[in-house]
Amino acid sequence: MTGFVLVSVILFVTVFAAWLAPFDPLEINVHNRLSSPSAEHWLGTDQLGRDIFSRVLFGGQIALKVALVAISVSMSIGLVLGMMAGFGPRWLDRILVISFDTVRSFPTIMFALAVVALTGPSLNTVIGVIIITSIPVYARVVRTQTRSLRERDFILAERAMGASTARILRDHILPNIAAPLFILASMDVPAVVGMEAGLSFLGLGVSAPTPSWGTILNDGYSYLRNSPWPLIAGGLPLIAVTLGFTFFGESLRDILDPKMRKKDQ
Amino acid sequence: MNPPVLDIHNLSVDYQTELGPLHALRDVSLLVPEGKIIGIVGESGCGKSTLISTIIRLLAANARIVDGKILFKGDDLLGMGVDQMRALRGDEISMVFQDPMTSLNPVLPIGRQMSDVQHRGKASAAERKTRSVMMLERVGIPDPETQLTRYPHHLSGGMRQRVAIAMALMTEPSLLIADEPTTALDATLEVQIIHRLEQLQRDFGCSILFISHHLGVIAELCHEVVVMYAGEVVECGPTREVFLNPRHPYTRKLLECDPARIAARTKDLPVIEGGLPDLVKLPEGCIFRDRCDQSVARCATERPRLSGAGHTVACHAVVCHPVVCNLAEHPE
Repeated sequence: MTGFVLVSVILFVTVFAAWLAPFDPLEINVHNRLSSPSAEHWLGTDQLGRDIFSRVLFGGQIALKVALVAISVSMSIGLVLGMMAGFGPRWLDRILVISFDTVRSFPTIMFALAVVALTGPSLNTVIGVIIITSIPVYARVVRTQTRSLRERDFILAERAMGASTARILRDHILPNIAAPLFILASMDVPAVVGMEAGLSFLGLGVSAPTPSWGTILNDGYSYLRNSPWPLIAGGLPLIAVTLGFTFFGESLRDILDPKMRKKDQ
Repeated sequence: MNPPVLDIHNLSVDYQTELGPLHALRDVSLLVPEGKIIGIVGESGCGKSTLISTIIRLLAANARIVDGKILFKGDDLLGMGVDQMRALRGDEISMVFQDPMTSLNPVLPIGRQMSDVQHRGKASAAERKTRSVMMLERVGIPDPETQLTRYPHHLSGGMRQRVAIAMALMTEPSLLIADEPTTALDATLEVQIIHRLEQLQRDFGCSILFISHHLGVIAELCHEVVVMYAGEVVECGPTREVFLNPRHPYTRKLLECDPARIAARTKDLPVIEGGLPDLVKLPEGCIFRDRCDQSVARCATERPRLSGAGHTVACHAVVCHPVVCNLAEHPE
């Protein structure tokens, strides 16, 4: 329930950021630099006098856009690859598992630095890096689930009733793995949002002056001696997203996974 | 006359193992005539499951068909292309599995699964639903409309097995393979399912290949019975004759072990001494020799072949000292 409320609030304020934000997040006001929270500026202002609350709201749009695009793309690709590995012949499974492990063994930040060195910092680079590093996470879960399901009697029964491989995967395997996949996706949102913030913090993501939680944190870090507020303002939404989506994922699991529910009782 | 629904000729199947090929089926021949119920009986590991997986061509990856033919209405199943074979499965050849708890998809409602089975016809969703309701009625499920929206875990084991039977008979197949469909059910349900299958067989006119290790069920349901031991057919004939006048020593011992035939209360149920032979290193001669109390010299060197007319048996001892088949000895 907590998770659901938090997630709804986060989604609402970011989607309607343009209406809810009291100021233009890019508007500079050098007369009012690094001010503390006030009735006018709820989270104070940064080193250029920009309203931090508005920047946090717009930064949320970036964060959730990255999460939505990166997770849906990597989940779809991971689903297909995982099913191929789990249901296909053994040699294909080996090749795919080795490639998943290879990608996962790469430190994400190193990988991102290398890609940015080649292409230059941009939001699309961030999304691309996250997609590539997340595909194996989904693919592995899908592979394991598919592997265990393919040995089940009802899949054999479907085969004996003349179902093709495509039909078995689409109509029988997919509904069985959809639930764990959505739970995983929900739990993955904080990781992706954190990664976007981290890469932007390092200057590898969005470029100034576009607001992102990572750049807000970076700005706040540089002016920590003058005011703690930018740093706090950049950190709070990350905490909210992490808690919100994790709780949400957990309650999703409780609803969708009957085995977990039984254990609780 | 039409060709028999299923005609298996000298089928041999090996499994590749680390120790070498395991000869799971050797020279198995059997016939399923149109509209008959044929029972296959034998202890665990005698090749019943390998046989049915070979018929529907869903063998394990390490299995190899060494020899033989499986003719379905005259067409060789083993020579068919993958797509051609798949077109037969669930249309002309259907199957009911042992455990109704695991043979239905747990996350889809019954109705969805039942209309899914009808994917080959061009029927509309409404027509499929009507057909599903009709089939559920035929297998004796009360209030079928409501059941369509329910999930497998809402139903009891007996209900699920009936749903599975309804799904298998949906396309009015010529051959229904029932792999121990009552083993996972309790005795009362077993009787109900058996009578229902009998009834459905009469209504649909299909042939049934019924696998079981429950002798009573076979006796009740099947027209003919095939006794298998360690991958070979040892005896085969009309059910009544095989049960009243068993000729192969294994069949005789198997019948002696049936708890239903033991009159006196006892702590020590009869058993067949010994165990299955090693199917990787096959013994010379008769496969049952080690556990047989009637073996003759020939049994050690020469494999017995099925012989006899109508009621056939693969045993040297029987051929040497033929048991006179006399039903008059066993008045009903």
